[in-house]
Amino acid sequence: MSTAAVVPDLVPTRVRAQGRGELLRGLRRSKTFIVGSVIFWWWVFCAFFGSTIAPFDPNVGSSATLASPSWTHLFGTDQLGYDVFSRVLAGARSILEIAPAATALAIVAGTSIGLLTGYMRGWVDDIVSRLVEALLTIPLIVLAVTIVVALGHSTVTLIIVVGILFTPLVARTVRAAVLAERDLDYVPAARLRGERAGYIMFAEILPNVMAPIIVEATVRLGYAVFTVAGLSFLGLGVQPPTSDWAYNISQDYTLILGGNYWWTVLFPALAIASLVVAINMIADGFTQVLES
Amino acid sequence: MSELPVPALSVSELDVVYRVRGSDRQVLRGVSFEIGAGEAYGLVGESGCGKSTTALAIVRYLPRNGRVRGGQIAVAGIDALGLSREGLRRLRANRLSMVYQNPADALNPSMKVGAQVAEVFTVRGVGRGEALDRSRDALARVQIADPGSVMGRYPHQLSGGMQQRVVIAMALAKDPALLILDEPTTGLDATVEAEVLDLIAALQADFNTAVLFISHNLGVIRKMCERVGVLYAGALVEEGPVESILHDPQHPYTVGLIRCIPRGGVRKDQGRLDSIPGFLPSIGEELPGCVFAARCALAEAICTAEAPPPYEAGPGHISRCHFHERAKELPRSGEGDAGRPSAPDRSGAPLVQIEDITKVFRQEGHQIHALDGVSAAIWPGETLGLVGESGSGKTTLARTLLGIVAPTRGTLELDGRTLPVLAKRSPQDVRELQIVFQNPDSALNRRHSVRRILLRALRKLGDLTGERAERRLHELISEVRLADRYLLSRPRQLSGGLKQRVAIARAFAGQPRLVVCDEPTSALDVSVQAAILNLLVDLQVKERVAYLFISHDLGVVRYISDRIAVMYLGRLMELGPAEVVFSGPHHPYTEALLSAVPTIDGGGRERIKLSGEIPSAAEPPSGCVFHTRCHRAMDGLCERDEPPLVEVEPGHLMRCHIPIEELRRLQGVGAAEEAVV
Repeated sequence: MSTAAVVPDLVPTRVRAQGRGELLRGLRRSKTFIVGSVIFWWWVFCAFFGSTIAPFDPNVGSSATLASPSWTHLFGTDQLGYDVFSRVLAGARSILEIAPAATALAIVAGTSIGLLTGYMRGWVDDIVSRLVEALLTIPLIVLAVTIVVALGHSTVTLIIVVGILFTPLVARTVRAAVLAERDLDYVPAARLRGERAGYIMFAEILPNVMAPIIVEATVRLGYAVFTVAGLSFLGLGVQPPTSDWAYNISQDYTLILGGNYWWTVLFPALAIASLVVAINMIADGFTQVLES
Repeated sequence: MSELPVPALSVSELDVVYRVRGSDRQVLRGVSFEIGAGEAYGLVGESGCGKSTTALAIVRYLPRNGRVRGGQIAVAGIDALGLSREGLRRLRANRLSMVYQNPADALNPSMKVGAQVAEVFTVRGVGRGEALDRSRDALARVQIADPGSVMGRYPHQLSGGMQQRVVIAMALAKDPALLILDEPTTGLDATVEAEVLDLIAALQADFNTAVLFISHNLGVIRKMCERVGVLYAGALVEEGPVESILHDPQHPYTVGLIRCIPRGGVRKDQGRLDSIPGFLPSIGEELPGCVFAARCALAEAICTAEAPPPYEAGPGHISRCHFHERAKELPRSGEGDAGRPSAPDRSGAPLVQIEDITKVFRQEGHQIHALDGVSAAIWPGETLGLVGESGSGKTTLARTLLGIVAPTRGTLELDGRTLPVLAKRSPQDVRELQIVFQNPDSALNRRHSVRRILLRALRKLGDLTGERAERRLHELISEVRLADRYLLSRPRQLSGGLKQRVAIARAFAGQPRLVVCDEPTSALDVSVQAAILNLLVDLQVKERVAYLFISHDLGVVRYISDRIAVMYLGRLMELGPAEVVFSGPHHPYTEALLSAVPTIDGGGRERIKLSGEIPSAAEPPSGCVFHTRCHRAMDGLCERDEPPLVEVEPGHLMRCHIPIEELRRLQGVGAAEEAVV
């Protein structure tokens, strides 16, 4: 018995989720997905109403500087007397504006490029794919810093920069999926009834490669949060006095070196970590349902 | 261990269930059979009947959600179901072998062949050096000419036939008590299949191994087995000696199954094929009575109420049918409908003219002549059958005609207009040339509903939108006999036959003049195949459409074709009226192809062995490209000069140095009975 077992056709051991209903049912059964979603939607809620529900005005300091956590200041205060808890709640907004917008940009651009190169192949594929690979060889953060410094920083610049940086990664994933689809007979069947390339790419092939795109989108969103936080930490993100997790960390991280004022750094850091982990849990949930 | 008193395999009252969405669904319903030592037993049935499940249960390799719920399995007297993990491993290592359909999947792609075969011996404690020696012997026994060099190669460097030989060598190396073959030749060409079957038969006699042979092909079963069991919906409905089952079937399912097969030289103008109406019950369905009752035209009240016991229908012949004596009176299902096709009129201008088409592919510096100077014409309402082994250029010719592949040289004409490549064709040309693909799963977009697929085709091919498209949509689906309720389904919710009907409807959305049918029934079961062939013939009668029909199944080609073209290495070897090509005198290559097909009627002709495999198109042989494998090749002439394609009789073209009269004499045409396929 050195041969692999063949599972007969009639046995749907692994039902591939395809319909929307099945997708939802599958996700609802995934504990990872549910926990991730709860955390994620909590931060989305804070992005909208964080300033409103905050106990203190996040942008107004007080004389109580560097107070340790207490019932009044749950997460303590920082060196300007800002309430850290309020700053964390309000700080969800900037990152949840930039990261999803950048991801959406990358998905739209990357999907288009992936469809084009995968479907056309030939010289189009050769040229675009080499460009994409060239872009991938440069370390992300170095490239990002260079562009932001060159263009001057604003929210829009940040979105565009991170979006462009992630486009090649998305394009590569989509292209691989399109190459597999292109070999199926429904593609020549469409050509044989005179369909144009655009219709074949977007109406015939795209719906069949949605599963990898959804997974890619959630994974990219996680990385986008990281990248945006990294840029903010370097001072290239949102400008003060607007609260931003990574910027807050960068302002106060020297203080923890003394060993005393850990709360000013720990809580924003935990906020970033919890958002990234939550998004990854959602991505895992999608992967389980869509690709198993 | 030749004369064991115990049977090699004994299966009794086997019940297998698969757990699907939280409930157990029964897939095998009390299957019992026995295989004596050295006996070959066949198991037939359509897909979904439980053939593979039976095999997997015997080797204890059911998928994770599968479970044996009841019954017994004994392999050479050993209770297979009660074995410990170690006992099971020993049973598999020493007594039991299995060969699967696809040898490429069964071999480890990253391991050299020699090392893989040697594993069979090392797993039983043989030293490495000796294992390699024994591997060489094992490969030699499956008639691999140069075992030493094959052992040093990777599986992908071998052809499909060679791969299957390696798998068989591994299976037989341990001298098993039972060898299970699950569709071992289904993916292979007829000529290669014939060789592999001969090999299995010879080895089985040598080793005196008991064989469980699973196949959907009754011709193959007849050739290989002494007894046969017919499975339907997980139940063994009939069992007996092969000749008795095939020529005196006593169960309506078996009767229907045999009638579905186009054979005995029947042609489309002589009558419709029978099919089996209805569908296989879904897995796990409660069937208190006869499993076939719902589709059986002979069924009466007792059939749905009471499970039929095994009736003795003859010596060693058992039928589970309450009315087995009347099984052969099963009414024919193929009656009625449109007129029969009349012979196409070839006096006018041809619809399609293929003129000296050559296609050269460049690959890693090699020039591959996929097509070499092919000329043919197709007249309106005619079916041109296209046959040949894989690699003969059939698909390239079809793709060139459709415009997907640009010819290197030569011209195509439709109604006298020159046909450019697809991108440059007029909408009218696009509409008039359509295709039905082999595999409807791949040909239909799985994300689109049937309705969307067909409406889009109506819009692009029929220029219809809105109300008019709706009306035509309903006409179209009733023409292909598809119920309205399937319109909102996605392809995966449909059975293979229904999917192929959707694909056919799509091809007929405009008014096509020529439809390329690329093996349209080879992915389907025989009962469904018959219904699809009937549909294609009906549409041809109604729409006067011409078909270019590609198939490796010569019975199917003979049934549907008016004329047949035989291709080899990109060249046309023979072209003529279907009857003439089949009855001969024919080209030696055609002769060999015909002789390779195992038939369920038997008799016929002696098999002509084609030596070796189809040569590479990158380096075609000199002279006549077929001379390297030809059993009638003449020394000196055939390897030097390529014979021209000449008209040897009216309408019958052949590419062979041997004069037709000589072929007629050699092939005994006229004297002997007409060959039966």
